[in-house]
Amino acid sequence: MKNSHRTQKIAFFFLLSATLLIVVPVGLIVVIIIQKGLPAINWQFLSDIPRQGMRAGGIFPAIIGTVYLVTGAIIFALPIGLLAAIYLSEYSKDNLLNRVIKLAIVNLAGVPSVVYGLFGLALFVIFFKFGASILSGSLTLGIMILPIVITTSREALESVPQSFREVSLSLGASKWQTIRHIVLPNAIPGILTGTILGLGRAAGETAPILFTVAAFYLPQLPASIFDQAMALPYHLYVISTQVPNVDEKIRYGTAFVLLALVLFMNLVAIIIRYKFRKNKKW
Amino acid sequence: MVKFRIRKLDILFGTAYALKQIDLDIRSNEILSIIGPSNSGKTTFLRMLNRLNELNSNIKISGEAQLDGKDIKDIDIELLRRKIGMVFALPLPLPLSIFDNVAYGIRMSGESDKKVIKESVEDALKRAYLWEEVKDRLNDSAFKLSGGQQQRLCIARTLAVGPDVILFDEPCSGLDPISTAKVEDAMVKLKEKYTIVLVTNNVKQAARVGDRTAFFLNGELVELDKTEKIFTAPKDKRTEDYIRGKFG
Repeated sequence: MKNSHRTQKIAFFFLLSATLLIVVPVGLIVVIIIQKGLPAINWQFLSDIPRQGMRAGGIFPAIIGTVYLVTGAIIFALPIGLLAAIYLSEYSKDNLLNRVIKLAIVNLAGVPSVVYGLFGLALFVIFFKFGASILSGSLTLGIMILPIVITTSREALESVPQSFREVSLSLGASKWQTIRHIVLPNAIPGILTGTILGLGRAAGETAPILFTVAAFYLPQLPASIFDQAMALPYHLYVISTQVPNVDEKIRYGTAFVLLALVLFMNLVAIIIRYKFRKNKKW
Repeated sequence: MVKFRIRKLDILFGTAYALKQIDLDIRSNEILSIIGPSNSGKTTFLRMLNRLNELNSNIKISGEAQLDGKDIKDIDIELLRRKIGMVFALPLPLPLSIFDNVAYGIRMSGESDKKVIKESVEDALKRAYLWEEVKDRLNDSAFKLSGGQQQRLCIARTLAVGPDVILFDEPCSGLDPISTAKVEDAMVKLKEKYTIVLVTNNVKQAARVGDRTAFFLNGELVELDKTEKIFTAPKDKRTEDYIRGKFG
């Protein structure tokens, strides 16, 4: 009896330690970035172009570039991902073709991001002749986040109770009307959550934009989707490894802005999910 | 007059028979009660009539089912389901307001005239004996109503589409005796205008409201007769045992 009690205590100790081990790095990253990066944040840093070979000035073009890329990626990935999710959840039957499609989506999620970069370079930059541009970068990022959008949207659609569909059909609504008026409105919070998580992922990735859009240094804002652009993750990489003597403050300031952007998007996703759970009526 | 004519109906889920060789007529403006233990095929029979079974891709249906002399497979499926309303076992309001729940079917059928929709909603709520209780809060969520009110809302929602037939699938299984009495009341009054098929686990309910009663057992129709006859002098021993509560 006493022995089993001690075993339990030991097990508890290891379980708790492992869990704490997850929290520690996250906490440390956030603390260090805030501690070292926050002093760099001021209006000029956020709104000015980089100066003196990126050793002074601000990071405005990189922020704008990331916003453009993320927006472009979502314009591409949301409609396609949502339509695919509707097909998979509402229309597809369990046959070989659909099992292949589902397998493809799972695998798409597992492809390393640098491979997406190379793929984007070959397909969009070279084959479609879009060049290194916001368009190429957005499309590459869009393909990268498609699996996230599809998977979360599908889960959201499938979580709408089957009984709602039956009621709607029994009242003489067509299948599409049922999806349009009953299933989709109740799945929107889940779809939004997935989309925002995808956005956060797209905002933070460096490899997919490396060959497809990112500019080393570009003091003006892009004028069209066929221009190159700076982007936060790549800019961070550049000032950390490629340019000597950049003030630590600027590096951590950039990291802070990137981290804040991604965490903010995740926070929005969490709030939407929380509100939805609270208002859920079934 | 015969509303539904069912002949040699077989339904299989995969390889398991849910219904075997059912021959049955449902007459206009009657309440036909279907009783029987769980898994006897009652609900499957009901969901065959408005073709809701066919959502299950595993199902095989053979035999003949006619509505007003026309095979139900030859009727446009949305039109068929507007002609045959259904009230489910649990109150299942859609996650919409009270008004929008009742208006849903009309809107889906293409009606966009706000005045017509409003009149139909009011009329349907009155016929389901719910109007007085909800007329001042039509824009509230339907989930704010009590269970019995929700079930009458579901009846109103069905009536609003203008059906000829209403299928009730154990409509009182989740309700208290008072709410049950109100729903049964509504059913009896609806008989004048509609043909009603009532599936129920509650033998006494069948005795209270049914004109005729059918007894299903293991996917077969054991006996179908006037309700008084079924309950006073059943022909089949199994019917008698079930009604007396000896099994099931």
